[in-house]
Amino acid sequence: MNKPAQQLTIWRALNAALHDEFTEDPSVIIMGEDITTWGTGGGIYGVTRKMAETFGKHRVRDTPISEEALISAGVGAAMAGTRTVVEIMYSDFSLLGADGLINQAAKSRYMFGGQFATPLVLRSNGGSGIGKAAQHSQSLETLFAHIPGLEVVVPSNANDAYGLLRTAIKSNNPTIFLEHKGMYYDKGPVTREPIPFGQARVAREGTDLTIVATQLMVSRSLEAAEELAGEGISVEIIDPRTLYPLDMDSIYASVRKTRHLLVAHEAVRDYGWGGEIMGNAVQECWNELDAAPRRLGAARTPIPYSEELEKAVIPTAKDIVSEVRTALGTKVVQPA
Amino acid sequence: MNTLEAIEHGVFDLATDGVEALKAMTAIREFESRLPGYSKEGLIRGSTHPSVGMEAIAVGVSRSLRAADSIASNHRGHAHCLAKGADPGRTLAEILGRRDGYCGGKGGSMHIGVKELGILGTNGIVGAGIGLATGAALAAQQQESGAVAVAYFGDGASNQGVLAESFNLAAIWKLPVIFVCENNHFAQSATLEEMVAQPEIRRRGEAYGVPSFDVDGMDVEAVANAASEAAVRARSGEGPTFLVADTYRYLGHMADDTEIYRTREQVEAWKGRDPIAKLAARLLERAVLTQQDIDAIAQEAIAEVDAAEAFAKASPFPETAEAFTQVSEDNR
Repeated sequence: MNKPAQQLTIWRALNAALHDEFTEDPSVIIMGEDITTWGTGGGIYGVTRKMAETFGKHRVRDTPISEEALISAGVGAAMAGTRTVVEIMYSDFSLLGADGLINQAAKSRYMFGGQFATPLVLRSNGGSGIGKAAQHSQSLETLFAHIPGLEVVVPSNANDAYGLLRTAIKSNNPTIFLEHKGMYYDKGPVTREPIPFGQARVAREGTDLTIVATQLMVSRSLEAAEELAGEGISVEIIDPRTLYPLDMDSIYASVRKTRHLLVAHEAVRDYGWGGEIMGNAVQECWNELDAAPRRLGAARTPIPYSEELEKAVIPTAKDIVSEVRTALGTKVVQPA
Repeated sequence: MNTLEAIEHGVFDLATDGVEALKAMTAIREFESRLPGYSKEGLIRGSTHPSVGMEAIAVGVSRSLRAADSIASNHRGHAHCLAKGADPGRTLAEILGRRDGYCGGKGGSMHIGVKELGILGTNGIVGAGIGLATGAALAAQQQESGAVAVAYFGDGASNQGVLAESFNLAAIWKLPVIFVCENNHFAQSATLEEMVAQPEIRRRGEAYGVPSFDVDGMDVEAVANAASEAAVRARSGEGPTFLVADTYRYLGHMADDTEIYRTREQVEAWKGRDPIAKLAARLLERAVLTQQDIDAIAQEAIAEVDAAEAFAKASPFPETAEAFTQVSEDNR
C-alpha cells in the first residue's frame, strides 16, 4: 500500500527533493548565491534550507555573485563527472550565464559526438505577481525551450515540483528548472516519487475545450473552469509539466476529444510557446477542430512594478473565461 | 605524439623530457603547418586556426599532466589536444569533418573533445574554456581525485568577464586549476596594446589573489618548469596558478588570413626565438642529440603526419542520419 501523501508547500517539496537526491547520490552538489544562510535559511525562498547542515559546505556551496563563472563551472563540473545543481536567484540573472547554458551545456553532447553527458540542473525562479518588476519577473521558458539540447521544466504544484526535480537531477541532459516565485507557498500532496519528463498531467477532465497551461496559469485555468462549469461548459486542463520534451500526444488526444484549444501562459504571448502548441495542433488536428485555436499570454511589455499595472499585463482567470467563450463562439450552450 | 608522462617537480631533464618535448613540438609543427594547404584544397570547411610558433606552451604544460587531468581549450587548440595525447589521425579526421574524427565530424576544428583524455573541447567562444576548466577543477576537488584542470586561452580572452569571475571563484575555493594565457599579442587582428590598457596580463591574476607568473612561451623548458610547479600547487590543495606565456603565431589568425595588420619583419623577428630551434640547439650543445638525431626526429614527424593525413583523407564522411543523433541522452 502506498504511504499517504504529505501536504507540503512547493518550497518544502523542492527542499525534500534535493534532500532525497543528495542522500541517494553522493556525486550531486549544489551551488548558488546565499544558499546556506539567507531567507528562511536556504536561499531567498528557503529551497536549500538545512542542506549545508546536513550535507556540508563541500557539497552545498555559497558562491560569489558571478553568474557567468558559476554556470560555466557548473557545466565544466558536470562534463567532468559531478552532477551539478546551480541555483540562480532569479531566472533573469541566468542570462549572464547564457554562454554556459546555450553555447556550452546545450551543445556538449552533440558537438563532441556523444562522448560527454552534462548532468547540469539550473534551478531558478521566474514569473510575476509579487512586485519584483521588469528584471526579476520574466518568464523565460520559451527562450530556453528553443535551444536544442536543453530540457525545460515548469512545475505547477508541490508534487510535480518534487517529482520533476528528482528526475532533473538524475538526468544526464542539461535541464532548466523554472520555479514560480509566486507559488512557493502553495501547498499540496506530495507522494515523493520521481516524475518522468515529457508526460503531461490532466489537471481537470472536461469535454468542451482543452486549455493547455503551466505554473500559475494552471490554477487560474482551474478557477476559470469552475466558473464556466456553472454555465454548463466543461473544460479540460492539460499541464505539460515539461516544455521540452513536450507531450504533444496528450494534447492531441485532448483536442480530438474537445475539438477546441486554448493555450494560456505567463510568458509574453508573442513568439511564446503557446504558438508552438497551436501550430502543432492545427497541423495535426485540423480536421477535428471546430474552431481556430486561441492563446493567451502576457502583453508585450516588460513587467511593470506598480501592482495594478502588473496585474494588467498578465492573463487573469477572467481573461481565460472570456477566451474560452470566444473560442466556443456560438457553440456555447447557455444554461437553462 | 605519445601521451606525455608527468615530470617531477620543477625538473626538466634535457636528456629525457627535452628529447620527448622536441619530438612532440616537431610533430605538432608539421601537423599545424599543413592546415592552410588543406584549406586551399577545400578539405577544411569554415575556419581553422593553426598555432605554428606556439608549440612550446602546449607541450611544456602537458609535461606535467596525466591522463585523468582535464584541459579546456580555445579555437586555436589542436596543439593542446595533441600534446595531451590525442591521436593526430583522429584529430585531423575531425578537422576534415570525417567519420573517424573524435566527434564523428560533428565538431570540427573548433569543437574537438576527447573524454577519455580529459579534453573538454576546443571551443568556438573566446574565453569559454576558462569557465569549463574551473568547473572541471571543481569536479576534481569534489571527487578528491587529485586531478588538475588547465584552461588555455589567449590575450584576447583575457578581456572576457568570465576570467575575472573564474579567478575569484578558483581562488576562494582553492580549485586545482592552471590558467594558461598564451599571449601571442593579437586578438584576431587587434594588437594587445590597442585592446588592453594594462598590458601586463599577469597583474589581472594577482588582483584576484591568484599566484601569477610570466613565462617565456618560446622556451619549452621554462614553460614545463612553471607548469610543473603550478601542477604541484594544484595537486597539494594550494589552489590555482596563472601563467602568462609570451609567444607569437607565425601564421595568420586562420587559414586565408591576409595578415594586413602586421609586418613581415615582425614575424621574422619572432622566428628568431623559435622554440623548436632553441631546444634543438640546446640539445646539440649539451650533446644529448646529434644533428643526425634531430634530422631523424623531423623525418619521423613527417612520416607520422603523413600517416595521419592518409588516415584522415581515407576516412569517409559521416552518414547523413548522424546529423540528427546525440542531441540529448534520449536524442529528443
